[in-house]
Amino acid sequence: MADNVIEARGLLKLYGSQRAVDAIDLDIHRGEIFGLLGPNGAGKTTTILMMLGLTEISGGTVEVLGFNPVREPLEVKRRVGYLPDSVGFYDHMTARENLLYTARLLAIPRSQAGRRIMEALESVKLADVADKRVATFSRGMRQRLGIAEIVMKQAEVAILDEPTSGLDPHATFELLEMIRGLKKAGVAVLLSSHLLDRVQSVCDRVALFNKGKIALMGSVVQLANQVLGAGHPFLVEAEGADVAAALRGVEGVQTVVPEGEGAWRVMADRDVRAAAAERIVSTGGSLTRLADLQPSLEEVYTRYFQEARHAA
Amino acid sequence: MPRSAARRAGSPFTGLGPVFMKELSDHLSSIRMLVLTLFVIVFGALPVGFALQDLRNVVVSDPYLFLRIFTVTPERVGLSFILALNFIIPLMAIGLGFDSVNSEFNRRTLSRVLSQPIYRDALLLGKFLGGLTTLAVALVALWLIVLGSGLLLLGLPPRGVEVARGVGFLIVAIAYGGVWLAVAMLFSVIFRSTATSALCALGLWLFFFILWPMIASAITIGFAPAQVTSIDQYVAIQELGLALQRLSPGTLFSEAVVGLLNPETRTLGFMLPQQMRGAIPEAPLPLDQSLILIWPQLTGLVAGMIVVFAVAYIVFQREEVRA
Repeated sequence: MADNVIEARGLLKLYGSQRAVDAIDLDIHRGEIFGLLGPNGAGKTTTILMMLGLTEISGGTVEVLGFNPVREPLEVKRRVGYLPDSVGFYDHMTARENLLYTARLLAIPRSQAGRRIMEALESVKLADVADKRVATFSRGMRQRLGIAEIVMKQAEVAILDEPTSGLDPHATFELLEMIRGLKKAGVAVLLSSHLLDRVQSVCDRVALFNKGKIALMGSVVQLANQVLGAGHPFLVEAEGADVAAALRGVEGVQTVVPEGEGAWRVMADRDVRAAAAERIVSTGGSLTRLADLQPSLEEVYTRYFQEARHAA
Repeated sequence: MPRSAARRAGSPFTGLGPVFMKELSDHLSSIRMLVLTLFVIVFGALPVGFALQDLRNVVVSDPYLFLRIFTVTPERVGLSFILALNFIIPLMAIGLGFDSVNSEFNRRTLSRVLSQPIYRDALLLGKFLGGLTTLAVALVALWLIVLGSGLLLLGLPPRGVEVARGVGFLIVAIAYGGVWLAVAMLFSVIFRSTATSALCALGLWLFFFILWPMIASAITIGFAPAQVTSIDQYVAIQELGLALQRLSPGTLFSEAVVGLLNPETRTLGFMLPQQMRGAIPEAPLPLDQSLILIWPQLTGLVAGMIVVFAVAYIVFQREEVRA
């Protein structure tokens, strides 16, 4: 099994004649954060449910930690933590009671359960509300309680379905920190999302889903090179001289595209920002902004789907 | 398909204990349970109270006086305790079961719970057993209250055989509740909306309670020949009518209960006068004979409970967990 915690080969899910998941191959390595990205309805959740044995597999195979989720779902579910899309807890019970129920389902010995629950609640900063009813919890707190459940479970793999959807920026930031914390603890994390910029910051590798297929897979930089082409894009804002002409004269610059009033988007084959600045100033222009453009997943995504549509 | 060849590893009952304990504690501490208990006590106390008043005035010696508390129809209310139970028990069972699965779905706890190492089998069975135990606790409590008030107001203890018949009645009542609990859970598996499932379960209950007797007799009349020419024909028609009536769990319950609590009952079916020849009227049957008499009814109730639960189980296995 080498270092893969999840291995899918030709994984297929049919709903009638519709191919919800269309023969995908996927490897998740130990200790990485892997993002499943794509629009709603692209097959992300279905893929996750098949990995957990919660829905039937129409074809292909998937192995989670060496177990087959169809035949040995209990072994898989004992070792994998799952945070469903907009997770629910029993409202009439406290956070501690909810986790205690899970602990009993996991057959964690009574002597350990209390300590493990408190540690888990502390790790997601919910220890002070451990005895409050979950009905009073905000959405962000519920998501954190879901993470606490995975921590308590001491899962080897955490599968998070849209963990940040519907959260405010601060709650999102906190949750992403906790996901990084899981990785630090040696847990492999598989998360799905349609919110790209948030995911970009935590994921080691991503897979872009489109209509049940994996369109692209790799690290964010790899994907950017693949879709946007290799190069160093940057943004220039300047006044005065003929900036576009000046920029075109810089060695290494490939394209200069105007982006609104007094702004240009430059693509170069290497980092030529210093030379570009010098050239603009020397031609009498006044430089107001010079920004390196990191390849963003959003851009990759948008560009990819535009091209996919054009191709179709 | 790989799944047809696949065999699941691990016991289907893994996690049954925690689910059962949680359901039981949820039920026992819920406000709904309190309301149902109050409802049962009011409905049970009314006939029992009046029955006891009537029975205190009885002068003839009756060896089964204690059992009459359950069966006697008091003059002032026109409702015996067993008749009251006949329609309270389904209501309780429906109240406990109508939202057992779909509420987990609506609270979005289902996929989280099922991602723990348990099979759906354990979840459904745990919920059913939790509900059934709650129902049993309520019925035993009610039974003890009736017994206790009988002791106090009649001033005489029940004989052993009366207690034994009473315990038999309790078992029949729990089985009857189990049928309706399974029905309520079936609807809770089928319908995502708790209101729809409650409505369907209550609708079915009303159907069996009010409409079915009429429909059954209408069907019987429809099948009957215009002119009944022989005694065999007459018996056949009567038996058809009875068989149809017995499709309703309420009929099975009341027959079994009458057989147990009225020891004089010799048959639950149709009997011609000549078949009664030689029988001593009003003579009670021994307990074992009464048990043989009601055995088919009890079996029918338990079988009905298992069949309905099995259907709910099959539907639940096929259900998608995602919203």
